[in-house]
Amino acid sequence: MKVVVGLGSCGIAAGARKVYETLDDHIKSNDLNVGLELTGCVGMCHLEPIVDIYDDLGNMERFVKVSHDKATELLSKAIAKDEDISNKISDIDKEAIDKQVRITIENCGIINPEKLEEYIEKGGYEGLRKCLMELTPEEVIEEVKVSGLRGRGGAGFPTWFKWNAALKEKATPKFMVCNADEGDPGAFMDRAILEGDPHRLLEGMAIGAYAIGAEEGIIYVRAEYPLAIKRLNIAIKQAKEAGYLGKNILGTGFNLEIRIKAGAGAFVCGEETALIASLEGERGMPRLKPPFPAQKGFWNKPTNINNVETFANIPWIIRKGGSAFAAYGTERSKGTKVFALTGKIKKGGLVEVPMGMPIKDIIYGIGGGILNNKKFKAVQMGGPSGGCIPAHLEDTTVDYESLTKVGAIMGSGGMVVMDESTCMVEMARFFLDFTRKESCGKCIHCRLGTKRLLEILERIVAGDGREGDIELLEKLSVEVKDGSLCGLGQTAPNPVLSTIRFFRDEYEAHIHDKKCPSKACKALITFFIEDNCIGCGMCKRNCPVEAISGEPKLLHLIDQDICIKCGKCYEVCKFDAITIS
Amino acid sequence: MGCCGSKDLKTHFLDESVDLSLLDEVLDKYRNVKGSLITILQYAQETYGFLPLSVLEHISNETGINSSQTYGVATFYTQFRLKPVGENLIMLCKGTACHVNGADGIEEAITEELGIKDGETTDDNLFTLNNVACLGCCSLSPVMMINGETYGSLTPKKTKDIIRGLKKESLVVKEGN
Repeated sequence: MKVVVGLGSCGIAAGARKVYETLDDHIKSNDLNVGLELTGCVGMCHLEPIVDIYDDLGNMERFVKVSHDKATELLSKAIAKDEDISNKISDIDKEAIDKQVRITIENCGIINPEKLEEYIEKGGYEGLRKCLMELTPEEVIEEVKVSGLRGRGGAGFPTWFKWNAALKEKATPKFMVCNADEGDPGAFMDRAILEGDPHRLLEGMAIGAYAIGAEEGIIYVRAEYPLAIKRLNIAIKQAKEAGYLGKNILGTGFNLEIRIKAGAGAFVCGEETALIASLEGERGMPRLKPPFPAQKGFWNKPTNINNVETFANIPWIIRKGGSAFAAYGTERSKGTKVFALTGKIKKGGLVEVPMGMPIKDIIYGIGGGILNNKKFKAVQMGGPSGGCIPAHLEDTTVDYESLTKVGAIMGSGGMVVMDESTCMVEMARFFLDFTRKESCGKCIHCRLGTKRLLEILERIVAGDGREGDIELLEKLSVEVKDGSLCGLGQTAPNPVLSTIRFFRDEYEAHIHDKKCPSKACKALITFFIEDNCIGCGMCKRNCPVEAISGEPKLLHLIDQDICIKCGKCYEVCKFDAITIS
Repeated sequence: MGCCGSKDLKTHFLDESVDLSLLDEVLDKYRNVKGSLITILQYAQETYGFLPLSVLEHISNETGINSSQTYGVATFYTQFRLKPVGENLIMLCKGTACHVNGADGIEEAITEELGIKDGETTDDNLFTLNNVACLGCCSLSPVMMINGETYGSLTPKKTKDIIRGLKKESLVVKEGN
């Protein structure tokens, strides 16, 4: 018998480490013949902590939301084959996984990321072996071309094309760089891969390095992901010892060293040339292209940069063939994509589906619909560079072309779901606040333009919007796009443009009527106490500015001149007697 | 901060309370490896908890990198801080998912409890609040990380309870000493 506890960052945050320790103590102190393993994130973050119990025949039963005080009881019952066992995963949640097609994250939440042999058991390093023993670099690139794989980091550039450009360069040494600086707020698939299946990334990088002729690989990973760095370090050490990295790999004469470089936190480093500047110890500021990194990259040498998810697809493509990968997806967007489903969603987590699936199938079919059964309003895709897709376009399919058509982007795959209580103008303000802070400052239009856009949005949500503000936002947005060198500035106005496009009426309500239709912008709402107030005094006690008056057991009243609209009374009222208008 | 000639800056550069020898090892290792500035700064921050100006100056002197460049890199990246932090560093996630699920309310709760805003440290030096872009635990939003430990599905009340718990722990440790 074997027990597996999910110890990804999200599982740990939900208390999985304690569950693991409790089980470990229990197994050791009772001398049980039970193996205990850890694994990464299986993607069902809303069900963490998750415990999988395998019987001796290898059949697995999954238990969810297992608290540490219940863990030992669960194990004892499982050993006794007691049918009356709680915390079993529901059939609906099981189905949510069955509806997915898992390629990139197939091993996440299944194998122990700290054990090389478990990766190898799942066919690990077979792809690398095949490349080194049977294929020329050109043939490897051809296989990737057949697969139709496009970069999963944002722009969706064909992977084979970049590799081919780097292969053609004569200069040496060449560098293979992995962008693991997942900076898009609302996306965490790269973290899940790094924590849950680090060898897969190493194998993907090794195959790529062989294809372009690089002997040095660098993983640029966020310093905010300490667990990912720890597991990558373990994986690199194991791979070296087993001969999958280092000198004369698998006896073929191919050499590759991979090292980790911890990023220091800058969203702009998602841009290739900025990332290279950061690798060189400089401020992460982009430069003009061409020359492209494939020609002059790290230390002016040919460099190829792909993101984690892109690399994680490669071993599968080589093992199963490019055409098997291309069998999934649409005509121009092949394969599968991992999405981070979050926000006002019932079942948030990671989902991997074939490209071309309608958004509503992901939100309702896999995500279980909107939290608290509220009304679905929009889904934000592509993070600060992307846009909001409104509910009436829920049939839009997730592929590069369809998303671009509706003003969003695939980006790294963040899918933040919003309900009727989310104000879209405020959302645009939120994203501009982010891009304004993250602008590196090189281009004037980006540095100052994002600030001006933010100021206009701030005054609209504060109730000081002026006539012509919408037109001004639109004009300035176009100018920021045109006047910026890199992807950050070129896409920073997208959240503004896309919300104006689909939610213009909300902007107008803020500016003309001084109203926030979603009742979210504090400056534009008023709190009232309704007749069903029983006079419990809860609101009065919690009001920080003493704006509420009233005798016990009698109707209370809010003095609007004193009220600072903090919403405390609304939060604490147990009788729904406080309304917002 | 003022320009290079300002008094404030000079006093900091001459700060003798900072033990610069702690950097000898890392400087010996990376002094001649080009492109290592960020790595050295990361090590320095780990050592001192922040980057004192005297340390930046020392690194520049030892590596031959211009002080302006060192300062530029140290202020460009969000990871680096030029001021000391309290015993407990609260990293409050302000990513998209956390924002949609009420991170602002959590920030208000922290401010109410500790009287500090983003980037500030409490007078008793127990807590520093730093807003961060995304901690990558979006499904548990709103989320904060304190001393490397992640706390998810926060409510204003839960947040205050966590902070009060930590406060108690810190005080107990102090009394014990």
